[in-house]
Amino acid sequence: MSYLPEGLPAPTAGADGLSTPYWEGTRKEKLVIQFCKGCNHWQWGPEWICHRCNSFDLDWREVQGRGVIYSYQRIWHPVHPALNGHGPYIAALVELPGAGNVRMVGNLIGDPKQHVPIGAPVEAVFEHHNTASPPFTLVHWRLV
Amino acid sequence: MTERTLRGKVVIAGIGETEYYKHGQSPDSEFKLALKAILAAAKDAGIDPKDIDGFASYSNDRNDPSRLAAALGTKQLRFSNMQWGGGGGGVAAAVGNAAAAVTSGMANCVVAFRALAQGQFARFGRGTGAPLASGDDAFTIPYGIMSPAQKFVMKVVRFMHDHGVKQDTLRAISMASYHHAQNNPRAVMYGRPLDEAKYDASRWIVEPFHLFDCCLENDGAAAVIIMPADRAKDLPHKASYLMGVAGGSDHRCAAPIHNAPNYASSHFATVAPNLYEMAKMGPKDIGVVQCYENFTGGVLMSLVEHGFCKPDEANDLLRLENLLAPNGKMPLNTSGGNLAECYMHGLELVNEAVRQIRGVSVNQAPRNDTVIVIGGPMVTPVSSLILGSEAAL
Repeated sequence: MSYLPEGLPAPTAGADGLSTPYWEGTRKEKLVIQFCKGCNHWQWGPEWICHRCNSFDLDWREVQGRGVIYSYQRIWHPVHPALNGHGPYIAALVELPGAGNVRMVGNLIGDPKQHVPIGAPVEAVFEHHNTASPPFTLVHWRLV
Repeated sequence: MTERTLRGKVVIAGIGETEYYKHGQSPDSEFKLALKAILAAAKDAGIDPKDIDGFASYSNDRNDPSRLAAALGTKQLRFSNMQWGGGGGGVAAAVGNAAAAVTSGMANCVVAFRALAQGQFARFGRGTGAPLASGDDAFTIPYGIMSPAQKFVMKVVRFMHDHGVKQDTLRAISMASYHHAQNNPRAVMYGRPLDEAKYDASRWIVEPFHLFDCCLENDGAAAVIIMPADRAKDLPHKASYLMGVAGGSDHRCAAPIHNAPNYASSHFATVAPNLYEMAKMGPKDIGVVQCYENFTGGVLMSLVEHGFCKPDEANDLLRLENLLAPNGKMPLNTSGGNLAECYMHGLELVNEAVRQIRGVSVNQAPRNDTVIVIGGPMVTPVSSLILGSEAAL
């Protein structure tokens, strides 16, 4: 069962294909983000160029799904029909110390009314939507 | 080399607005609302609307200058300008762009305007109806982050966490706007006061934003007319000079998926110093503050980044009595602003700033020679401006 009800917009890399390696990685339960071969730094979110050295030579590498909560939100008011009558739910902004402190967004699994401690360690949880067309996988987080 | 500045170079010659409506309740189309606001501003300035030769707006306003010029019978169109990106963060920049055109001689009389019929077009506070989310949206929308409140609130949560800011400050910011709206017959929330109990009991939109921490969704239009400062003596009203204006955002503010280095920010970290440098003044010189409330948390961070209080002083300084005209230390949003006058995308704040300079606000502040207008915080680019009376020059 998914954390949020079915019916929300499904993620897609889009026509330019910039984030395709990320979404393909999630299907295999791997967290794959950009790494600049020009200056050896992690980069996230995806972009065509390294913002540090302006190299276009960006690699995609797997990072460990471990982070800390940087910020979060507990959402009560539904703004999409799929969320009517559902809620609250929590979204977290997670910093990855193992990848240059880049940040990722996902839902925080567990009691939606739980206390969310900023700075607490979390791990990635892969949520597969195999019957969606096309299938996709979301990346959530769980306190550890 | 002569100094490159807009300080004192232009005046806001006229202000205008339509009646303000709850979204969907305007009897007029958005384009007609734009026309009405522009005509009202021209009348206020005592000029022939056909002499307007430039149009400046922001947030991809749908009311195209060429169509406006044709509809109004504009004699010649010389300046057609859109501030790129940033939604309501472009409000002060649109005035600045108009001022730059007038100062440089590209145009003589430019109207900065915004028309918005959220009833005729999409409401800002609703999510997407599309089946797919692509690009950067793919990393947030499937997790239920789609409305402006949801996009911005994690900045506020982190800021309040870092500095121990209490919910009371957000409540005071909200109540100041509602308080001032009770004296303002133009205000959508006129006759609908807000007290602490009503705020506390109101439903959460997204923590820490209650319903009353969030802007309205409205239909209406507003406009201001910018002319060269040497025309001030011919104008029917006390002159409001542009003292300074700045727009933009700091390093990698728009880094995708919430990766801005300076995250817990309203995005004025570099913009506010640029503004004060041009205006040749600082926060202590400002008498009245009009600060765009998309959400009260954005006001909190904007006030900090414009130097009106240190982060750790917010709980002490941002109390209701300090924010009210006429007697507060820092009268804030004296028309009711986006929360309670009208969500006219911040242009109503420019009109109110001019009213304060003229001394005709319904919540007149005694110290009114300088007024700051801070545009939509937390977006990028943002912008802010300072108006001053002749005495402030």
